[in-house]
Amino acid sequence: MDSPSPCTRPSLAALEQRDDFIGRHIGPAATEIAAMLATIGASSIEQLLAQTVPATIRLTTPLAIGEPRPEGEALAALRAIARRNRVQHSMIGMGYADTQTPAVVLRNVLENPGWYTAYTPYQAEIAQGRLEALLNYQQMVIDLTGLELANASLLDEATAAAEAMSMARRVSRSGSKRFFVDAGCFPQTIDVLKTRAAFFDFELVYGTPDEAAQQDVFGALFQYPDDAGEVRDLSGPIAAVKSRGGIVAVATDLMALVLLRSPGDMGADIALGSAQRFGVPLGFGGPHAAFFATRDEYKRSLAGRIIGVSIDARGKRALRMALQTREQHIRREKANSNICTSQVLLANIAGMYAVYHGPQGLRTIAERIHRLAALLGEGLRQASIDVGSRHFFDTLRIDLGARAASVYQAAVDAGYNLRRVAPGVLGIAVNEKTTGRDISTLIRLISGRELDLDALDSQLQAVDPSLPIALLRRDAILTHPVFNTHRTEHQMLRYLKQLQNRDLALDHSMISLGSCTMKLNASSEMIPITWPEFADIHPFAPLDQAQGYLQMIGELAAWLRVITGFDAICMQPNSGAQGEYAGLVAIARYHASRGETQRKVCLIPKSAHGTNPATAQMCGMRVVVVDCDDAGNIDLADLAAKAALHAAHLACLMITYPSTHGVFEASVRDICAVVHEHGGQVYMDGANLNAQVGLTSPALIGADVSHMNLHKTFCIPHGGGGPGMGPIGLKAHLAPFMANHCVQPIDGPHAGQGAVAAAPWGSASILPISWMYIAMMGGSGLTHATSVAILNANYIARCLQPHYPVLYTGSEGRVAHECILDIRPLKASTGISETDIAKRLMDYGFHAPTVSFPVAGTMMVEPTESESKAELDRFIAAMIRIREEIRRVELGHWPADDNPLKRAPHTQADLVDEHWQRPYSRQEAVFPLPYVAGNKFWPSVNRIDDVHGDRHLFCACVPIDESEEGRG
Amino acid sequence: MNIPVELKYTRSHEWIRAETDGTITVGISDHAQELLGDLVFIELPEVGRELTAEQEAAVVESVKAAADVYAPVSGTVVEVNLALADAPEQINQDAYAAWLFRMKPTTPSDLDALLDADAYQQLLAAL
Repeated sequence: MDSPSPCTRPSLAALEQRDDFIGRHIGPAATEIAAMLATIGASSIEQLLAQTVPATIRLTTPLAIGEPRPEGEALAALRAIARRNRVQHSMIGMGYADTQTPAVVLRNVLENPGWYTAYTPYQAEIAQGRLEALLNYQQMVIDLTGLELANASLLDEATAAAEAMSMARRVSRSGSKRFFVDAGCFPQTIDVLKTRAAFFDFELVYGTPDEAAQQDVFGALFQYPDDAGEVRDLSGPIAAVKSRGGIVAVATDLMALVLLRSPGDMGADIALGSAQRFGVPLGFGGPHAAFFATRDEYKRSLAGRIIGVSIDARGKRALRMALQTREQHIRREKANSNICTSQVLLANIAGMYAVYHGPQGLRTIAERIHRLAALLGEGLRQASIDVGSRHFFDTLRIDLGARAASVYQAAVDAGYNLRRVAPGVLGIAVNEKTTGRDISTLIRLISGRELDLDALDSQLQAVDPSLPIALLRRDAILTHPVFNTHRTEHQMLRYLKQLQNRDLALDHSMISLGSCTMKLNASSEMIPITWPEFADIHPFAPLDQAQGYLQMIGELAAWLRVITGFDAICMQPNSGAQGEYAGLVAIARYHASRGETQRKVCLIPKSAHGTNPATAQMCGMRVVVVDCDDAGNIDLADLAAKAALHAAHLACLMITYPSTHGVFEASVRDICAVVHEHGGQVYMDGANLNAQVGLTSPALIGADVSHMNLHKTFCIPHGGGGPGMGPIGLKAHLAPFMANHCVQPIDGPHAGQGAVAAAPWGSASILPISWMYIAMMGGSGLTHATSVAILNANYIARCLQPHYPVLYTGSEGRVAHECILDIRPLKASTGISETDIAKRLMDYGFHAPTVSFPVAGTMMVEPTESESKAELDRFIAAMIRIREEIRRVELGHWPADDNPLKRAPHTQADLVDEHWQRPYSRQEAVFPLPYVAGNKFWPSVNRIDDVHGDRHLFCACVPIDESEEGRG
Repeated sequence: MNIPVELKYTRSHEWIRAETDGTITVGISDHAQELLGDLVFIELPEVGRELTAEQEAAVVESVKAAADVYAPVSGTVVEVNLALADAPEQINQDAYAAWLFRMKPTTPSDLDALLDADAYQQLLAAL
């Protein structure tokens, strides 16, 4: 056999495969791309793009991002950056406490694509695992706060406090516009409250809890324990505010509540805070889950998602999201809030921390934390150091006068970050990772004395003056069996696996949710987020310890500026909706800076996502709806008329591009020009930015500010319903008006300008995911990704068009990166609805596309670039077979109410049903196509009864009932 | 479509019955209940509340939508149908029996401006 001739050997450059990752991220290979182009009748990708993206808005130069880097090289480069962070034992507190993520939870939840690549559980039948995990989380919050109902998490403590303020206004009977804020709240919470209150036209009144009694307010927020660490009985102030019709919210700490009387017990209406210290890494500020609980009577005024219990078609218990109609996609500007994303992955980690430790384990952890704080307090007291707090859980404040600076530095040098509260005053907060040795060291550093910790401990065992019995809780917590079963790692491991098996995530099949962009979340992108250099940095750590973070954030921001064409990036917003808020706030501040405070009209096309009007409402703007024509495009004449009519009051236009209908509107530059002509600004909703990257840009189409969903376009996984990141890009004239931060001032925006989120750089610890993606793709890879996303969508549209009408296309018959299939004609003729198709797809192993958005009665399919032709063909085959099934209903072979669609999804309970008497076989029910049998995903419940669940609202763990379990 | 001739209607799909005592009874039309689907929750106004025409008076919520119910004319709420709280499905069963609230109109002649059954029928036909 001949050996290959030397001249056919590839070059070293080719062997190094520096662009290898591009082919790992993008589904179709070159040969498949050629075949797909032939199917859709395009001669090349370039021709397809020319038919899809208007020439007037095409970028003329390649993205200046740099060459793609191989996975190993990118990881090494990021590791080098990460090492510029210095991990210290941070005892800064302020709502962030270091924690030990149980390793079994770290590896099997946080680092597990089965958990982190799932979407928000809209298709509840294939999401029962994380719905159960979230119900556990809600139960944990209910137990610890002593309230009746909890949501499935909000974005962070500060914005949760802001939600409490607006909820108080909704439900309070007081006519006041004033809201009382405990001066002992965390400073970043007050910062965010100030921003929100200004646009709601609320007046904030500050003082001690006792001073709240004299105020006429619609509500009050107290902090418990407060910023100084002090624990006090708030029953009196709570009763006083309530007696005048006010609603009382208490910002609190779950770990402290393991020991302390609950806010509910003291009479609070709302309790909120961060669940971070239940096993979620500090991560330089996030992502973390904020908890939020309230009384049953306020359940319909609660913002955020709530998991509730219902039954399925077999009467078996089944979970799903409850009360969804309160959300902005239905209620628009009348929604309770613009919040969409929650922090599901992080809420699940916090809930699992409680499942793993149980009530006894948590008690031990909380008592240990308190004991260490008490030892520190007592040790310092005996050394004649003034310890501010009289009653405390884990935080002390010490007044050291002139010595404070040297003690602070000595602590830093010894590896400890203390909090600089004020000149001369330091704060020390104990956390789960603190040890007795740390306490001895700190006492020595502060007092110069060596103390016998064991002797001190014996004293405290006898009497602990820092937490009198009257402040301790007496009720039992976490009594449900789920918190008392999984003590061993095997039990925990298997419980996590059991739940994971019920959920369909990207590790099983394509999730073609339109507008949601479920692209690959590569392992090499995910690996850095749990490196200690990223995970274990406190958000308010001295910046010389966070140089790696600042470099990584700076490089990512520079890339995002290139991609969007904007001049500045604000990394603070934790979600797309929060990005919208930050952007509209910047616009409002800009107008105000020019003396044009009257500009309060926000134009929003009819086709907009519901968050847009909800956000405008939160910014004190009035929504004026702009019509769309029959092709789904903004009606330019109507826009021009309304912009002219409201010219003197025009604040901005909010526009999604490509449109929510999945089309690149040719008139977009004219649209933006009209708004600018009348003195308005253009906010671009970045939900569909993934269709622009490298081809066009928000700045080029004429936008002034836009958010980027890093969890869509830039590969941060959806986490089963959060985290997200929604940084905004702004043109230079708006840049001074972006969010600043009172604890950690940021270069760029005006000094003292209010924050929109608790942490200065939002959920900083997931930014490495987007950094890795961009580094590995390079400019050419990013552009190719956008092109293939458009190709994949057009391929699906072309293949399904003969079976389901495609609703909107551009002038040359192309869709952008997603396509809308119209189910309404089928529904009219057969009664089979888009929901039936969505449920039937589960039997074929697929998650449904987006249902009934942006048009009721349709399905919007977005395959993304990360799906191979083989996966697309499987989905297409499933959709065509479903169409044939519908035809059998049309032809009368199957009754309209007894067919595989109406009965979908099918479960193993159907398979073993001895009384099966349906007009179709069990084979047709569960293995409708040959590929299904080889990789069957079994929905764990049958069709869920939403009506039952919303009429009989129950949002906590169901008491275990043997007979119920037996029936399952 | 069920559109009783003795009732008046609004463009926002409320029905109105003029009572002999000068009050009016308000509900949502059969068309509205069908559009909303299975109702799960009803929020009613407080008795004694003063409403102006087209102001939000109540909320009807199904699993897929929540809709405001508007005051058809200006006036004062004199009674609400508390029985609906536990059984919102009554509206799905018979939208014209399951009334939401009763009002005392400020200006009785305002009722003349409401749609009659024919006009409402035409409105629906044009949708």
